[in-house]
Amino acid sequence: MPKRRDTLKNPEQELRIFRVRALLAVLVVVVLTGLLTGRLAYLQIVQHDLYSTRSEKNRVRVEPLPPNRGLIYDRNGVLLAENRPTYNLTLVRERVDDLDETLALLVELLDLPEDDIEAFNVRSRQRQRPFQPALLMSDLSEDQIARLAVNRHRLPGVEVEAQLLRYYPDAEMMAHSLGYVGRINAEEMQTLDAGRYAGTHFIGKTGIERFYETELHGQAGLRKVETNARGRVLRELGRTDPVPGENLTLTLDKSMQMLAYELLDGRRGSIVAIVPGTGEILAMVSTPGFDSNQFVTGIDVASYRGLQENIDLPLFNRAIRGHYPPGSTIKPFLALAGLVEGVITPDSTINDPGFYQLPNDSRRYRNWLRWGHGRVDMERSIAVSNNTYYYTLAHDLGIDNLHEQMTNFGFGQRVAHDVQGESTGLMPSRDWKRARFNQPWYPGETLSVGIGQGYWQVTPLQLASATATLANRGHWVKPRLALAIGEEPLALDLPDTLPDIQLDNDNWWDRVFSGMEKVISGNEGTARRTGVGLEYRMGGKSGTAQVFSLGQDQRYNAAELEERLRDHALFMAFAPIDDPQIAVSVIVENAGGGSTHAAHLARAMTDAWILRDDAPDVEEVKEVLEEDTANVEGN
Amino acid sequence: MRSWQTLSRPLRRYPVRPPDSGIARRKSIWERIHLDPWLLGLLLLLMGGGLLVLYSASGQRIDTVIAQAIRFGVAIAVMVVIAQLSPSTFLRWAPLAYGLGLAMLLAVEIAGDVGMGAKRWLEIPGVIRFQPSEMMKLAVPLMVAAYLNRCQLPPRFKHIFVCAVIIGLPVVLTAIQPDLGTSLLVASAAVIVVLLAGLSWRLIGLIAALIAAGLPVLWMNMHNYQRQRVLTFLDPDSDPLGSGWNIIQSTTAIGSGGLWGKGWLEGTQSQLEFLPERHTDFIIAVLGEEFGLVGMLVLLSLYVMIVGRGLWLATSAQDTFGRLFAGSIILTFFIYVFVNVGMVSGILPVVGVPLPLVSYGGTSSVTLLAGFGILMSIHAHRRLLPR
Repeated sequence: MPKRRDTLKNPEQELRIFRVRALLAVLVVVVLTGLLTGRLAYLQIVQHDLYSTRSEKNRVRVEPLPPNRGLIYDRNGVLLAENRPTYNLTLVRERVDDLDETLALLVELLDLPEDDIEAFNVRSRQRQRPFQPALLMSDLSEDQIARLAVNRHRLPGVEVEAQLLRYYPDAEMMAHSLGYVGRINAEEMQTLDAGRYAGTHFIGKTGIERFYETELHGQAGLRKVETNARGRVLRELGRTDPVPGENLTLTLDKSMQMLAYELLDGRRGSIVAIVPGTGEILAMVSTPGFDSNQFVTGIDVASYRGLQENIDLPLFNRAIRGHYPPGSTIKPFLALAGLVEGVITPDSTINDPGFYQLPNDSRRYRNWLRWGHGRVDMERSIAVSNNTYYYTLAHDLGIDNLHEQMTNFGFGQRVAHDVQGESTGLMPSRDWKRARFNQPWYPGETLSVGIGQGYWQVTPLQLASATATLANRGHWVKPRLALAIGEEPLALDLPDTLPDIQLDNDNWWDRVFSGMEKVISGNEGTARRTGVGLEYRMGGKSGTAQVFSLGQDQRYNAAELEERLRDHALFMAFAPIDDPQIAVSVIVENAGGGSTHAAHLARAMTDAWILRDDAPDVEEVKEVLEEDTANVEGN
Repeated sequence: MRSWQTLSRPLRRYPVRPPDSGIARRKSIWERIHLDPWLLGLLLLLMGGGLLVLYSASGQRIDTVIAQAIRFGVAIAVMVVIAQLSPSTFLRWAPLAYGLGLAMLLAVEIAGDVGMGAKRWLEIPGVIRFQPSEMMKLAVPLMVAAYLNRCQLPPRFKHIFVCAVIIGLPVVLTAIQPDLGTSLLVASAAVIVVLLAGLSWRLIGLIAALIAAGLPVLWMNMHNYQRQRVLTFLDPDSDPLGSGWNIIQSTTAIGSGGLWGKGWLEGTQSQLEFLPERHTDFIIAVLGEEFGLVGMLVLLSLYVMIVGRGLWLATSAQDTFGRLFAGSIILTFFIYVFVNVGMVSGILPVVGVPLPLVSYGGTSSVTLLAGFGILMSIHAHRRLLPR
């Protein structure tokens, strides 16, 4: 304020100035009002049609109705994958008066983790439009829901939304076979049919969930609704109901699956059991397992790293992707190859001095028994797992015939109908070696292949599948996991099934079976201890595979190194011989010889399937196994 | 050149009570209660229409309308009371009101309540909660008018500088809350006073040039959301679901109304809540949708008539202070209307300016009607002296 008042004022002059200015103001008011009128006339008259259409489109919205995912049952109708309602906390930012205060209250009420708040901030920034709710916390407990309900009046804009979430009740033992669903990622979004997947957030990532994704998912429906900008539906104008996904009945038997899982007892290994006549996979277990439920909503980085870096590789599905040298388990198949190719007859014999020598070669290929088994025919060669017989046989067959015959049994290729991510294994051949190493095939390598070593690698599923085909007397039925899709049973004959294996004399099958029976029940059999108290006729073959790294970076200390250098134990078996109902392959990594460890597990599996309730339980099996292992080590 | 100055004599200070002599003509009832019937009638018409629109805009919630009507009642009471005060009272109170307002703005800055991401509110817990910047919409022009009343007009550079300081302080304090919209309204209300006082055209040109030069600086100091608003204004379709949403929805509402509108309570944009802030800042879009161009023109006419009557009252005021202050009040009122309608119809950026006496909200109605009270006081308290 000026200290001294201006005394020189002229009211007339000031009034004049004001009048001029006021007149100008009137002019400005008129011009601006004209501008507004012009704008309004433009919007409401000139552009009226455009905005009319726009507003019509605005209030009617098409909303997707995601279908409920099909449930998955085992062969007996036990639920293996279900949809559980879960409750998520969402927040509409525009409706919250004071975000910080609301979040603070939620932290207090729910122990809302800091991570969730951060994720929420990211999500709410990425929203497509105002008034769209953003996820704040998923999977609320009943207690939390109750606490929210009580404080509802203090939490405007905060809502609890229900969502069906996949849940696997027996996740650990089913994880590898069932697979799991997970959130649809950006890459999958590209390839998906947007219409079918409208409103769906999850998709099968592995296993059955992935293979039968189309059937399990169903078809999204639509509804036309009149909504407000908050997404609140005011009225439904029309709807197409979603088609829910088909329920899936699997061939898996939960009790068999559980037995296999418990038999493996946390060791690294795999058990696959197949019904030979129908190809139904009863059990397909890879251990250790993992909790697939963690993957549904998205596993946290630390847990995922834990699984990834676990030296036991729990995420690795050994049953279909584990490559193991089959060892002696393939001897029955080689004998059959010899019969098919006419290289041997069931009665032809060799004399085993304890080793084999190629013509014009001084190198000795040794039998596992140093002094040899003496005179050996086909049945005995299987029963005692004689190497010399198979060196001779492999040499006589040659790698080309051997490769062809083993391919007929499914080695070196994917065998199952609906197993996602199955590996081919490796059935070596001249061509393969040329392509792989640019080297010719050496005769000595044929001998290695003849005893299931060398380049030959099989998956547990392949071994079980080949065993089932053998039990079927050469008749191929494709292994499958689905028994029925919805009400529709899966056809027995599936496309791309391998041709059946024909023998000149059908009795020769019995001769091979006889050899396999002697493995378990014969007094010379390698797994004769397993046959004690057997109530049915069972054929099998043990195998011991020299350790072959699974191709991972392995770092372990000395004690572990020693354990992990031990041989893998393998066993393949089927029973009963006269009417095969189950074929099994068992692989236990670093368990030593297959004739003890793996054989007992195979027997436990056949017992359980054939004797059902009369079968010994897991504890009894483990006791026998322990006793037996002690005996063998004592020798 | 300034010969008239020597002839001028100092004005007598207020109050100059009319001599209660028999010569004085008989006062009408309106003069007795110091109200202007024309202005009052137009305002009541506007408020009545506003309540009608509010009922539709609030999703037909009668309690919202009642709440608003109660606020109107309070605001009218304030207006009537203020109208009884003599203009000299305002002149005396000007420094006090201004100083108090400035102090409260500082208090907000230091201890203000954060609402909607900006510190605007001052709260005495349990007693009252209000925005000091709202009060400054009247206090700043009042102060400027009071100051200029003491100066010789047209104002010289020295006076302009003092006015700039008086205006600048509260405007900057409001702008950093941040409440750019209100700060600009406060500034324009005060600047209007200076303009009406006869700021020379050369200075107007110079200041306009300075403002143009200052725009980039302002841009640099704006918050992101403020910049976003400007950018979105320039091209609402660049972000149709984000910040362009409001403008697109409001123009759609207005445009779809056509000439006659969709009918009261029939506007789909408004009733289905596609329109944001439909009962506050964007309420005129509801009117445009439901009553069409005709309704809009009726509303604009009402406003123009109010402004016209207000300007007439201002011009007929008897002294410089009254004229300047009254002129500022009524022209600021028009600026509100223009900015709000301009923003909703998409020719101005979205700034938080409510539509006077139609938008839902308490503080702004009270401030507005307080302003009209002052206007009426200035008009009604005339000295019955021969001009």
